[in-house]
Amino acid sequence: MSRKFTVHILLAFGALWMLLPFFWMIATSLKSQMEALRFPPTLFPQALMFVNYLEAFRQVDFSRYFLNTIIMTFGTTLLVFVTSTLAAYAFARLRFWGRDQLFIVFLAMMMVPVPVYLAPSYVILSRFGWIDTFLALIIPWSVNVFSIFLLRQHFKTIPQDLFDAAKVDGLNHFQVITRIVVPLSKAVLITVGIFQIVSNWNAFMWPLIVTHSDSMRTVQTGLAYFAQAESTNYALLCAASTFITAPLIIMYFFVQRQIMESYTRTGIKE
Amino acid sequence: MRQRKGLIGYLFILPALAVILIFRFYPILQAIRMSFYKWGIAGPLYTVGFRNFNRLFIDPKFYQSLGNTFWYVIFVVPLTIFLSIFFAQLLNQKIRGRGAYRTIYYLPVVTSIVAISVVWKWILNPDRGILNAIFGIFGIEGLKWLNDARGVFEIILAPVNIEPSGFLAGPSIALLALIIMAVWHNIGYCVIIALAGLQNVPEQYYDAAKIDGAGSWRIFRHVTLPIISPTVFYLVITQSIFAFNTFTPVYVMTQPPGGPLGTTKLVVFYLYEQAFRLWNLGYANAIAFVVFIIIFLLTQFQKRFIERRVHYE
Repeated sequence: MSRKFTVHILLAFGALWMLLPFFWMIATSLKSQMEALRFPPTLFPQALMFVNYLEAFRQVDFSRYFLNTIIMTFGTTLLVFVTSTLAAYAFARLRFWGRDQLFIVFLAMMMVPVPVYLAPSYVILSRFGWIDTFLALIIPWSVNVFSIFLLRQHFKTIPQDLFDAAKVDGLNHFQVITRIVVPLSKAVLITVGIFQIVSNWNAFMWPLIVTHSDSMRTVQTGLAYFAQAESTNYALLCAASTFITAPLIIMYFFVQRQIMESYTRTGIKE
Repeated sequence: MRQRKGLIGYLFILPALAVILIFRFYPILQAIRMSFYKWGIAGPLYTVGFRNFNRLFIDPKFYQSLGNTFWYVIFVVPLTIFLSIFFAQLLNQKIRGRGAYRTIYYLPVVTSIVAISVVWKWILNPDRGILNAIFGIFGIEGLKWLNDARGVFEIILAPVNIEPSGFLAGPSIALLALIIMAVWHNIGYCVIIALAGLQNVPEQYYDAAKIDGAGSWRIFRHVTLPIISPTVFYLVITQSIFAFNTFTPVYVMTQPPGGPLGTTKLVVFYLYEQAFRLWNLGYANAIAFVVFIIIFLLTQFQKRFIERRVHYE
């Protein structure tokens, strides 16, 4: 009894510590600017200033930033699905010269930390004339080696009988992928998709470097810009932080298990 | 027929291959090449041999950023892993609300680090932040947090009249603030991984140890830890690399970025500053090259010396 009680106390203390920043973000976001700056602070807002959210949206072009982020996230995720499925299928089920060596080269690319290719990527993108466009945000991230790896491992477990049957039925490779492989790989594809959505939504360093104009900002670079412009207006900054994190947190409550799984399996964080 | 079969394989990997060649492989080669050039955004390029590297080895700011990064990693990684094993142990029992605790602990992992940085900067505000307010309740004098360049060891050793300076002063209070936030941010991920490791420990082992009269610390030390050591090892490697690559909190929270007195300038931020604020792309690549080698050596070192103590079944 007392042991269980101690465990609960410790866990609750940990949970409180984990939740405090979220509570403080939302509480501050609903305070008036005057109240936000009071010290010692009020724990709960005296009057709920929902208008802060509108105000934050109005001060900088957050609707544009949301749109950009959605385009980037969906564009990247969609392309990752296509490139990874095709490549994983080839690596798992097709025979061609140099296949396994090439796969090892792919995996080796994962070991290189992002800072190493930051500056040269910028030079390449500017030569292509892609700086400050969606192409720069999407195309370099349209392939994810770990997704290829995950899918390849899964495709290898699909019984050969199914492929033989497909051959007898005269299906070509595209039909095999769309009718057999993809329906049997839903769980892995969801893992890949969730990982893409989370990491694109939260991406910061890359968009910061490859875009310059206000109209190309994502929610993350937009918030960082807003934080510099309004460095003391914490009510508005917390409102903006809340509505930027809200989509993923809402998604998290629905697909929590899959999110944890996708991070446990991919083991990469950005 | 055979020929065509092979062709289809290449066709299928072509999209992935093209992107990897252009945006990964080529940039890495280019990075090595660029580090031997004076490479600005405009003006002539010319080769400078090893001069970028020579400059790097006498650049005090580079050494300072390496020192900062060293302290940052040394504090963040063990603290995060220690706390996450502690909480994972607590969660690995039949208690009510287990799922809810897991959900809460994991929440920061899906939250954008920019938003987290904005909120923590507010929490740590020296004059109006809630953390100093909480300190006040307990009668503790608040700290200047992100504005305080004093080293932690410098403060601890002040009463005994030892005044370490520079690297030996340890992480500044400002860097400590970033460390606290990083631990908070990463703990959920590590708890989930550690929990998965703990669930590998067979129930009988605990029963056997209890029958032998082992206390909970001894059970943890001699039963649990050996079995979860591969998990801990995995966490040490991934968390070290992750901590080494920290950029965003420095950018968002510190003022001027990397300050005060450069004590929060982590090496990846320094690289960014050289490349994209000062446009010394060649020099930035020399930094990147060294960063790459350090990360590589770090993982090799950990493999050599920590993996020895890891028990694989």
